[in-house]
Amino acid sequence: MEILLPFLTGTLFSVSIYFILHRHLFKLILGLILFGLSTNLFLFVVGGMKRGSIAIIEQGSNLPAEPYADPVPQALLLTAIVIGFGIQAFSIVLIRRVYQTFKSNNMDNLNNNEKI
Amino acid sequence: MLLVLTICLIMAFTAPWLFKMLGRYVVIPFTLLPFSIFSYLCTFLPAVLSGKVVRFSYGWIPSLGIDMHFMLDGLSLFFALLVTFFGGLVMLYASGYLNGHVLLGRFYLYLTLFMAAMLGLVTSDSIFGLFLFWELTSISSYLLIGFNNEEERVRKSAWQALMVTGMGGLALMAAFILLSLISGSYTFSDLLSMETDITEHFLFLPVLLLLLVGCFTKSAQFPFHFWLPNAMAAPTPVSAYLHSATMVKAGVYLLARMAPVMAGSEVWQYTLVLVGGATALLGAFLALQHTDMKAILAYTTISALGQMVTMIGIGTTVALKAMMVFLLAHALYKGTMFLAAGAIDHCTGTRDVNKLRGLARYMPVTALATTLAALSMAGLMPFFGFIGKELLYEAALNSRFFVWLVFGLTFLTGIGYVTVAVTLSYGIFWNMPRRATKLVHPPGFSLYAPAFILGLLGAAFGLIPRQIVTPILERAVQSISGNELVQLKLSLWHGLTKELGLSVLTILMGLLLYRYLKVVQQKSSILNPLYKFGPNNIYHKAFSGFLLAAKAFITAIQNGNLRRYIIYIILFFSSMMFYVIWRDAPHIDFSSRAQLLQQLPFHDVVIFTLVVAALLFLLGTRSRLTSIVVMGLVGYSAALIYIMFGAPDVAATQFLIETLTVVIFVLLLHKLPAFIYLSHQFNKYKYIAISILFGAVMTYTMLVVQDHTVESELKDYFGKTSVLQAHGRNIVNVILVDFRALDTLGEITVLAVAALGIYALLRMQPEKGDKP
Repeated sequence: MEILLPFLTGTLFSVSIYFILHRHLFKLILGLILFGLSTNLFLFVVGGMKRGSIAIIEQGSNLPAEPYADPVPQALLLTAIVIGFGIQAFSIVLIRRVYQTFKSNNMDNLNNNEKI
Repeated sequence: MLLVLTICLIMAFTAPWLFKMLGRYVVIPFTLLPFSIFSYLCTFLPAVLSGKVVRFSYGWIPSLGIDMHFMLDGLSLFFALLVTFFGGLVMLYASGYLNGHVLLGRFYLYLTLFMAAMLGLVTSDSIFGLFLFWELTSISSYLLIGFNNEEERVRKSAWQALMVTGMGGLALMAAFILLSLISGSYTFSDLLSMETDITEHFLFLPVLLLLLVGCFTKSAQFPFHFWLPNAMAAPTPVSAYLHSATMVKAGVYLLARMAPVMAGSEVWQYTLVLVGGATALLGAFLALQHTDMKAILAYTTISALGQMVTMIGIGTTVALKAMMVFLLAHALYKGTMFLAAGAIDHCTGTRDVNKLRGLARYMPVTALATTLAALSMAGLMPFFGFIGKELLYEAALNSRFFVWLVFGLTFLTGIGYVTVAVTLSYGIFWNMPRRATKLVHPPGFSLYAPAFILGLLGAAFGLIPRQIVTPILERAVQSISGNELVQLKLSLWHGLTKELGLSVLTILMGLLLYRYLKVVQQKSSILNPLYKFGPNNIYHKAFSGFLLAAKAFITAIQNGNLRRYIIYIILFFSSMMFYVIWRDAPHIDFSSRAQLLQQLPFHDVVIFTLVVAALLFLLGTRSRLTSIVVMGLVGYSAALIYIMFGAPDVAATQFLIETLTVVIFVLLLHKLPAFIYLSHQFNKYKYIAISILFGAVMTYTMLVVQDHTVESELKDYFGKTSVLQAHGRNIVNVILVDFRALDTLGEITVLAVAALGIYALLRMQPEKGDKP
C-alpha cells in the first residue's frame, strides 16, 4: 500500500480540484470533501506511516514495543478530520441557503448581490 | 538642541488653537519663535567661529545603538541661521499674504513643522537623524504645496513633489544603511575620519550613486528638476521659504557635508559637474521661455542649485568658497524676488510679466527691494551677488578638469540671470510708468517689509562683507573642504582682473538678450514639441500607466471569480514546486518500488481499485443520491487504509465523520432540484489539465518524501513520556487530551463556531423576508 498510496492520493487530489472548478454548487461540496480527505491522506503519507503495531503501550510496560506507528501525525490527523467536518457541514448548509436565496445551482449566476 | 526642536514642534501643533485664541495676531508668537531661535543660535557663534564644533547627544534607541547626535560646526550653524532668519521673515510675510484666510493656523502649523524639520536636518550629526528630518521636510513640503487643496492641479503637484523627493529619500536611506555597514558608524563626525576605508570599499559606488539620487531629487537637479516648477502651486511664502531658500538646498547641504569623504572619487567629480552644469544651463534657458513670475523664479532657482552642485563637484577651495558665497547671495536675492512676486500677485491679481507695467508708482518699497535684489542677481558692482559671480568665474577658470565646459556653462547661465533680473525689475516696475498696471489694493506692511529687509541685506553684505559674513562663511567652507585652514577674503575690488572683464561682458550680453527676448521666445517655441519627451511628461505617463497597470492587474487577479482564484493558487503552487524539483532534483528509487509492487497483498489492490473506480463513477454520474453513496464509499476506504497502518483512532474518527456527512447530505441536499449537468465544454479541457497537473505534483511530492524520510524526535519523546508523565497508554489520545490539550480546546471551539453558524443559517428564513 505504501507504493500505491501516493498515486491514490494524487488521483483524489485531481478529482477534487476538478470538482471544485466545476460550476455546480453540489459538485463544489463534493470537491471540498474530497479535498479534505486527500489532504488528510497526504499528511498521513508525508508523516512517514509504516506498517507496524499501533501506538498503544502494553499493560505492565512503560515504553511502547518497537516498532510502533508515529503518534504525532495521527494526532494531527484526528484534529484535521474533525475540523474538516466542521467546514463541510457549514458549507453544505451555506450552499443550501445560497440555493434557496438565488434559486440557482450555477456559481456563475451568483455574481450579483441584489438579493442580499 | 533637542529642546529647541521640541519647542518648535509643540508650537507647531498648538498653531490652530493659538489662531482660534488670537485671531490674526497669531503672527506675533510665530514670528518671534524663529527670531528667538536665531538669537539663541547666535550665542554659539563665538565658539564656532573660534573653530570649535559644538555637540549635543541624547539617547534615542539604545537597544539599536542609535542615539540622537547634534552638531554645530560652521556649515550647520550657517544653514541653521539661514533657516531661522528666513523663517521669521516668511512667518511675518505669510500673515499679510494669507490675511483673513480661515486656515491660517493650519498654515503656521505646517510652516513651523517644516522649520523644525529643516533645523534638525542641518544640525544632525547622526545620519539616521538626518534621514528622519529629511523625510519630515518632504512631508511638510507636501502639506504646504497642497495647502489650497481644492484645486486638482495643486493636489497633483503636491503629490508629484512628494513622490519624487520621497523616492530620493528611499535611495538616501539605502545609501545611509550601506554607509553604516561599510564604516560601522553612523555619525558624520566618525565618517569624516574614515575617508579611505569608505572610498576603497567595493560598495562605495552604489553608496555614492544612491546618495546622489537622494540629493539630486531634493535639490531638483536634472532629470529630477520637474517637480520644482510644479511646486509653485504652493502659496508664495512657501515657495520663497521651502522651494528657494531652504529645503531645496538640503541636497546641496548633504553633498557639502559628504564632500570631505567622497570628493576624492572621479565619479563624484564628473557626475556633479556634468549634472550641475546641465541643470544650470537648462534652468536659465527655461526661465527665459516663461512669462509667469513664479515659474521664472523657479527655473532660475533650479539653475542656481545646478551651479552650486557644479561648484561642489569642482571641489577646489575657491570653488567651495564660491559655492557658499553664491548660496547666501542667491538666498537673499531670490527670497526678495519671491516675496515681491507674491506681493505683486496679491495686489494686482496677475503674475504674467507681459501684463505688468510700471508698478514702481504704486509699490515703491517693493520696487526698491526687487531692484536691489535684481542688481545683486545680475552681479552688479556693490552687491553681494557680484562677489559671488566673481568667485564663480574664478572657480570655473581654475577647475582641474573640463575648464572650458564649466566656464562656458557658468557664463551662459550668468547671461540668463542678467536678462531675468532685468525682466523682473525694469520690465515690471520701471518700464512704461504712464500705462502702469492698476492695483486691486496697496501692499500692507507685512507684504513689503520682509522683502525690503532681504534686499537691503544683499546690498549691505556686498558693501561690508568682511565684518558680517566672512567669518561664518570661512568656517563653513572649512567644514566642507575637510578642516584645512581657509582664508576667505571677500572684497568688491580685486583690481582689473579677467573676472571683472567677464562680469562686464556678461552684463552687456544679458542686456542685449533682454532687448531681443521676444524674438528669442518666439524662436525657441519650436522646441516646445520636445518637452513632450521631458521628464515631467514621462512622470505623468509613468504615473497613469502605473495606475492602469494596477487596475488591469487587479481585474485579472481579483475579479471575484472563485474558480480563477483557485486556478491561480494551484498554478503558482505548482510552479514553485517545479522550481524546487528542478533546482534540487531529488532522487527517487523506482526500481525497488517496482519490486515491492509485485509483492503487493491482495486487499491493497482491492482497496486501490475500489477507490479509483468510485472516483471515475463519481465523475460520470448525474444522480445526487448516488454521488453521496459513492462519496461514503471513498471515505470508508480511507478509514480502512488508516487501520492498515496502525491508526485505529483515526480510522474510527473517519468512520464516524463519514457517516455524519452522509446523513447531513441526505437531510439537507435532497431538496435541491434534479442534478442537471451544467456544461462548460469550452473550459473543460483546461480544468482537466490543471487538475491532473496538481495531482501529479502532489504525487511526486509524496514520492520524494517517502524516499527521504526525516526522523522525528517527537515520536520517541511521546513514546517515553506517555505513561511516565501523563499516565495514559494510548499515545495518540494522550497527545490530544494531555500534551496538546489546548489545541484540542481550540478545535472544539472551531466546531462550536461552525455549529453556531449552521444554526443561524438554518433558522434564517429568507422566504419570510429575513435578510441573510
